[in-house]
Amino acid sequence: MVKQVVSVTNLGRSGVSDWLIQRVSAVVIGAYVLWLSGYFLMHQGLDYFQWHALMTTLPMQIFTLLMLLSVAAHAWIGLWTITTDYIKPANIRAVSQLVLAFMTLIYFIWAVLVLWGV
Amino acid sequence: MKDSRSVLRKQGPTNIDVLSILSYYLPLPGIISILHRISGVIVFLLLPLLLWLLQASLASPESFSSLQACIQHPFTKLLLWALLSGLFFHLTAGVRHLLMDAGIGETISSAQVAAKITLVISILLIVGAGVWLW
Repeated sequence: MVKQVVSVTNLGRSGVSDWLIQRVSAVVIGAYVLWLSGYFLMHQGLDYFQWHALMTTLPMQIFTLLMLLSVAAHAWIGLWTITTDYIKPANIRAVSQLVLAFMTLIYFIWAVLVLWGV
Repeated sequence: MKDSRSVLRKQGPTNIDVLSILSYYLPLPGIISILHRISGVIVFLLLPLLLWLLQASLASPESFSSLQACIQHPFTKLLLWALLSGLFFHLTAGVRHLLMDAGIGETISSAQVAAKITLVISILLIVGAGVWLW
């Protein structure tokens, strides 16, 4: 039997899985952006204590963490697709994908640490 | 059969150079599509700005008020506007993609309409974000 070539750099290891994760994460991020934009529009003179109180409620912390996970997955699938489409030399593509993957992870860890310390 | 497809099959695919892309006609839905990619990359590259805002706004009342002063600087405002513009365009064009997944806006004529609506809504959001910032 011929061994199937499997992609190892995309998030879900399958295009169908990536396709689905990209859409589910997009809906989560979109909902978060719309909700926070609406909140900022309703609270023009927002002070520290109001803002801090909002971000430390359990539902908001869960929503924020869910959004952060979605951003990490969404960004990686998008950046993987773009680099795979446009960067043909294997070595340059591998290095840029490695850099972008680390940036994505660093963003995620940074954000989690900020939320953790609040 | 001597149609263009059989000619192409005989010649095989040929590579074009980067600049010759400009000689091809890209319809509006195609322009929206490539801008969706570009705006996604811009948002990704500007994410540290959001992380810094999140960190400074939550750390302490002092860092919150120094952040408020920092945001008043025109350069910070311009960067934030670039981030919000990228985000709102990406969001609007993303909704267009989800609608296309549902089979809406896939014909030649409705794709043109959907692309125009995307453009108008995103411009309104980008102008609105600018008004909100200044």
